Amino acid sequence: MLESTSMGINAIMGDKSISSGELVQVEHLRKHFPLQSGLFATLLTRGQIQAVKAVDDVSFNIHKGEVFGLAGESGSGKSTVGRLVLRLLEPTSGKVIFDGTDLGSLSGEEMRRMRSRMQIVFQDPLASLNPRMTLGMAIDHPARIHLTDLTPDGRRKRVLDILCAVGMNPAKVFYDLYPHQISGGQRQRVVLARALVTNPSLIVADEPIAMADVSVRALLLDLMMKLKEEFNLTYLFITHDLATAKYVCNRIAIMYLGKLCEVGPLADVYQHTIHPYTRALLEAVPVPDPTRRRKEPMPPGEIPNAINPPPGCHFHPRCPIARPNCSVEEPLLRELRPNHFTACHYAEDLLG
Amino acid sequence: MPEDILYSIRNLVVEYTTRAGAVKAVDDVSLDIRRGEILGLVGESGCGKSTLGKALMRLHTGPAKITEGELWFDGRDLMTLPIEEMPEIRGAEIGMVFQDPMTSLNPVQRIIEHLTETIQTHEPEVSDKDARKRSEELIERLGIRKERITEYPHQMSGGMRQRVMISLALSLRAKLVIADEPTTSLDVIVEAKFLDLLKELQKEFGLTILLITHNIGVVAELADRIAVMYAAKMMEVGNVDDVFAHPKHPYTQGLLRSVPNILLDGAELYKMAGAPPDLSHPPSGCRFHTRCPFVMDICREEVPPLEAIEGAQYAACWLYPSVMAKRQEKDHA
Repeated sequence: MLESTSMGINAIMGDKSISSGELVQVEHLRKHFPLQSGLFATLLTRGQIQAVKAVDDVSFNIHKGEVFGLAGESGSGKSTVGRLVLRLLEPTSGKVIFDGTDLGSLSGEEMRRMRSRMQIVFQDPLASLNPRMTLGMAIDHPARIHLTDLTPDGRRKRVLDILCAVGMNPAKVFYDLYPHQISGGQRQRVVLARALVTNPSLIVADEPIAMADVSVRALLLDLMMKLKEEFNLTYLFITHDLATAKYVCNRIAIMYLGKLCEVGPLADVYQHTIHPYTRALLEAVPVPDPTRRRKEPMPPGEIPNAINPPPGCHFHPRCPIARPNCSVEEPLLRELRPNHFTACHYAEDLLG
Repeated sequence: MPEDILYSIRNLVVEYTTRAGAVKAVDDVSLDIRRGEILGLVGESGCGKSTLGKALMRLHTGPAKITEGELWFDGRDLMTLPIEEMPEIRGAEIGMVFQDPMTSLNPVQRIIEHLTETIQTHEPEVSDKDARKRSEELIERLGIRKERITEYPHQMSGGMRQRVMISLALSLRAKLVIADEPTTSLDVIVEAKFLDLLKELQKEFGLTILLITHNIGVVAELADRIAVMYAAKMMEVGNVDDVFAHPKHPYTQGLLRSVPNILLDGAELYKMAGAPPDLSHPPSGCRFHTRCPFVMDICREEVPPLEAIEGAQYAACWLYPSVMAKRQEKDHA
């Protein structure tokens, strides 16, 4: 077990990765946010500044052309991982390799050029769009920065084409509208269009449909999947909604307090769930069917503070199968079934 | 009013005054809340469900106003009461839990102070000691250790704050609790536990709960009956089992099929065309006709009334003979 640990998850998955093609390789990624403290506090703690361990030794790969889900509760660190993957945040340690290039090794200018290949879509489209820019201007903005070989006319044509591709017809009319003049679902389409205009390979979608109304969510998801085919995209789909993830993700990783507790193909993680936390999380999802109401009890307590996470396995104080060593020794991700990894000392007992 | 009905809303209209003119956020809505039930009121953002919830306590201020209708609560029409008497009903008889407990609780007041103040405002004869004892018992019943009662709201987690909100409603033995998106800011595991708690309280205290939410799954988990609103109108009302098994209104049918279900394999989500309408210019006739797959000529012209379709299941849709019969009755009269 220790051997496989020192090699890391990438080393284990590495053999398969070369043939299938990895777009993103995340290796031992850490992001610790130091807590702000005054001089007096720093003296008292002898310079030992406390930190929120938002992401703590996370490794995973995203294959080319897949939808990789990253799920967890608020405060689990999933959004921080999304930002680290795009190097919108500098990691404390660890590596992000994008299409063979270590992003940490790139200079500012090189990184800027790389950004045209990796884009992000946030939860709130109204906050993502400048209220004083027309939709056309908003989509044109990244094109002006990255597509420098295009003439203004060429860019306009490209923006109109992209507007059509996200279903904003007639594109010429929408080009001149402002964000407040369109509906929430349409705004998210515009944000997708803006992300697509530079022809990216990777889109980090951070809760892309969480703000949309139920009746427009399905159309947005459908659009995202169509665009994926049309533009050869790979998605990192960050969500708290495990029911939605089921409809779109090929593989999924479950995060708890800065660490991954389970990673695998979606069907395996959902149908042959191993980790007790993943089990609780899946069980807790409300089911829109009154004949199948939940009967299982939920784990006690709530997600603890990430400044002082419980020692050993972070989940042990809430875990129904915790044993004494769970509070001492930290479990590492292990491959328990083909491509299905989990971080639990007693995972073998849970294989059903 | 039949004995088993705790709250009866009759032909309620709530209007907002805007620069573009009056906008009806609740338009001629009637709904009964039965004693001891959990009634789930669902709809998308802007459909008027929260406006309706606030209207039940006559909590509207500013641009919103109840312009028509009756609000029969436990035998009295609240609309006929002077507005000065409403505070005695609010809190004491009707409690409210909002989406964001942090903005509902006073940040500089300890939890115990919230509780004792609530109790003693409505029941001045209760001594400090008794109020404290009652508060502690209640907080423990809701799963918070009683030592934490001296903490401030920011020291508690979101789930605990929501429990405190419920405790405020229970401290005065409210007959009705209006919970407006009570679990929307909570994570799924915390949400599941809060729903379990509501269910227990319903049984233990005979509590009646109006659960306002956009989350269809939460209603399926918890509610006895469901009411579906769309663009300020009531579209369908019925028992949860009936409505989920055989939704009558095309909007309900589409809505239920567009909700992801974690237990289904290989199912596709229904992709409803369009988006909810702008209420300052609502569509003519049935509000849903612009998105309805079964639209007929009459749907564009006349508003369908909410009528019984099958047993205790009501829908406002011209597809059904009982709704059509109502129209002919009106024509004769």
